[in-house]
Amino acid sequence: MTGEEKQKKSKKKGKKKSKREYTNVLLLFTGIFALLIVYLGWFQATQSRSVINNSYNARLEILEDEVIRGSILATGGEVLAYTQVSEDGTEKRVYPYGCTFSHVLGYSEYGKTGIEEIGNFQLINSNAYFVERFLNEIRGQKNTGDSLVTTLDVELQTVAHDALGTNDGAVIVMEASTGNVRAMVSKPDYDPGTVAVNWSTLSNSDDGVLLNRVTQGLYAPGSTFKTITLLEYLRENNMDGSDYFYDCDGKITVGDTSISCYHGTAHGELDLEEAFAESCNSAFADIGSSLDVDSFRKLAKQLLFDTELPVSLTYNQSSFSLSESDSEAMRMMTAIGQGETLVTPMHMALIMSAIANDGVLMTPRFLERTENYTGTLVETYSTSTYGSLMTSQEASVLQSYLRAVVEYGTGTALQSDDYTVYGKTGTAEYSSNKNESHAWFTGYASGDKEDLVVVVLVEGAGSGSQYAVPIAKKIFEAYYTE
Amino acid sequence: MVNVITELSKYAMILFLGLHTLLGFRLVRKPEDEKRASLWQQNILFFGMHFLGNLVLYLNTDNEEILYFYGAQALLFLAFLILHHVIYPKEDKLLNHNLVMLLSVGFLMLARLSFDKAERQFEIAVLAMGLTFLIPLIIRKVSTLRRLHWFYGAVGLILLLVVLIAGTVSSGAKLTITILGVSFQPSEFVKILFVFFVAGMLQVDRSFRQVALTTALAAAYVLVLVASKDLGGALIFFVTYLVMLYVATKQPLWFLAGLLAGSGAAWVAWKLFAHVQTRVLAWSDPFSVIDNEGYQITQSLFAIGTGGWFGMGIGQGMPYKIPVVEEDFIFAAIAEELGILFAIILIFVYLCSFYMIINIAMCLKDSYYKLVALGLGTMLTFQVFLCVGGVVKFIPSTGVTLSFVSYGGSSLLSTFVMWAIIQGMYLKRSDEVAENDRRGKAEKIEKKGKKEE
Repeated sequence: MTGEEKQKKSKKKGKKKSKREYTNVLLLFTGIFALLIVYLGWFQATQSRSVINNSYNARLEILEDEVIRGSILATGGEVLAYTQVSEDGTEKRVYPYGCTFSHVLGYSEYGKTGIEEIGNFQLINSNAYFVERFLNEIRGQKNTGDSLVTTLDVELQTVAHDALGTNDGAVIVMEASTGNVRAMVSKPDYDPGTVAVNWSTLSNSDDGVLLNRVTQGLYAPGSTFKTITLLEYLRENNMDGSDYFYDCDGKITVGDTSISCYHGTAHGELDLEEAFAESCNSAFADIGSSLDVDSFRKLAKQLLFDTELPVSLTYNQSSFSLSESDSEAMRMMTAIGQGETLVTPMHMALIMSAIANDGVLMTPRFLERTENYTGTLVETYSTSTYGSLMTSQEASVLQSYLRAVVEYGTGTALQSDDYTVYGKTGTAEYSSNKNESHAWFTGYASGDKEDLVVVVLVEGAGSGSQYAVPIAKKIFEAYYTE
Repeated sequence: MVNVITELSKYAMILFLGLHTLLGFRLVRKPEDEKRASLWQQNILFFGMHFLGNLVLYLNTDNEEILYFYGAQALLFLAFLILHHVIYPKEDKLLNHNLVMLLSVGFLMLARLSFDKAERQFEIAVLAMGLTFLIPLIIRKVSTLRRLHWFYGAVGLILLLVVLIAGTVSSGAKLTITILGVSFQPSEFVKILFVFFVAGMLQVDRSFRQVALTTALAAAYVLVLVASKDLGGALIFFVTYLVMLYVATKQPLWFLAGLLAGSGAAWVAWKLFAHVQTRVLAWSDPFSVIDNEGYQITQSLFAIGTGGWFGMGIGQGMPYKIPVVEEDFIFAAIAEELGILFAIILIFVYLCSFYMIINIAMCLKDSYYKLVALGLGTMLTFQVFLCVGGVVKFIPSTGVTLSFVSYGGSSLLSTFVMWAIIQGMYLKRSDEVAENDRRGKAEKIEKKGKKEE
């Protein structure tokens, strides 16, 4: 190598070096733009659906006009809702089961509720064969929206609907291990197909016919709240209730407040399990007065009181309010579910579901999958775990107490050879008239199928064991014996 | 029939823009003579897309004015391309192709959103093309420009201070001043002065004292902009300075230190100022404040998401639901009606232009113009990143416009000036190459002569 060549080479090297900074700047900008583009693609591919399905998005109306709304199916394939297009092109939403599925399906005219609301985007989008869609778009013809397959079970829904009869109230049925909602009934009900015609009557009615009582109805929990009081007591006593005894003479009096047992029954000498199984108000009021308010409030929070629920339908939050400054009477009332506490049946079902599932709450699931209108799978919605509401040990202790209720307490009517029921009844007074009360049942059963959670609320009916338990029984029978 | 054309042209426009951009990327580093055929293909794709877009807009609005407007645009683009071809045959034609492409997308969306604004934008574009026509020549010929860096630095800072004191507030920030009924945004033009200032300072010498001095003045620019609540502007100046500093000094550590200091300052600003917190909240959780702070960004996301990959078709969406859609949020309107794919390719058009500009900077010998090209390219491109990033909620929105596409006189004019300066530098580069060749030949002849001796 001659000296000249060497010089040339080093010159070249220098030149390359002087370009390095420019290359780095290019790389830096290419990098941030690549991130930006990947983000935009990721947004469209995975996020956009849930983002744009929003009532603030006026553009959904455009999609709605371009697509024939898809059908809603039950888990067994039965059509629960579809849109009928007549010869002149007018569309009508038809609900073959009439009132039976009213609240859970909701309506799609005059706003949207229920599954019509949470699945709106899928229903007004078409994933039909792309050539067909393309040709339709060119011809200016409407595409058919996708079908939603729900987790709802026609048989259980019908049984629950019939069992509630002419009463006002709410029933929810869900699987503890999957969160699949199998039935959801609220009464009074309506035919979603005639909402548009009857709108003024429905929206002005005094009995809140459009309200889904399962998720939006706030009720005093009554004795069903004793499950929570019990858990708090056990937590404060190392999960051991064997030291507790109470001699019930039918009522307990503190100051000028007196709390009596149902019908003034004197339960006599009771241990903790018996007090729970017999639903002894006096014993639980006694327990309530001993509890640590702060820790009680924390437990309530942990069990999703005053918190958002993992529920996609419109719902109200349950409320639990108790403070150190509250009177002893108030603490006792709260312990037996007659304080200021208000719950929705949906929320009670979530708590029961967590107990049945060893402490772990599954997110309630309404939608199984989306198919295009010819039945080709578009998307599956998997089950998901919400989290632990309590430890598995706590859940298993509560299970044994809930079982005692059915073995010898207020729920003996639920005994069966085909399945094993765990539960708690409740009779919740909601006015100064002691004869008016809501009947509750909150519980679940295990058998040779999935554990089934059932919560029943019958408005103004009377005692839980008399009015709510028989409804739950019909549902368990239908599910486990066929 | 209208349906057929609207639907088909949706896909055709994505295809045309895609091919146009692909050709652009392939040609960046090719020599002039190899480019010719592809440049023609780009022209055909461009005018084809321009025609389709306007046809669909006309069919969907039935507004005859659209036809005249289309004609005027086509003439303007033709005149621009031909005039530049004739007067500056050695200009970078790819850059000009990208420019008209971006402009035409802007005209199309503006005509769809507000015909008045589109006309106004057109007038400004005509004015800008006229005013900037001689700039490449000036850059090429006038060499005294480079000695005036202190002058640029001072004028720029004074202009920003004037805005801070006498400016009018629009959407929370002090940006505009009005003189004799004409309102404009000085900061758009200060961008150019700033780049020339920094290039001049750092080219003279890179001693610590000089760097410190330049940094102090650059920091003053950024602080005045922050005081005017022009966060986007402040960020653009900041990043441009860091990039120029890094390339001039070849010190990555200073770049990193600058980034660190900037992040710290941003954190302090977030802690201290309510308007910064508002923007961060609107970015981190817009749906919780959908009625107020989050309204704009959520409408933008609805537009992008509902439009989907292929868009709703021109005139088929609701871009007018997004506040200030013609300016800061025009990217959302493009994504909604022309499709996310189209919008992504549009980002590539900017990126391709950036490659071209950096390529010019790399090939130039003159270290002063190297830095100017780098600075202007960074300004243009980082602004695009801020704008698009804000619109798609990748970063908090800082309220900056999309160069050549968004509505706005000052921004359009100043971007045109930057573009013309870059073209001037491209010409300079060709001069350098020619000079080299001449010298090379002369040397050869000399050597030959020596041998013969």
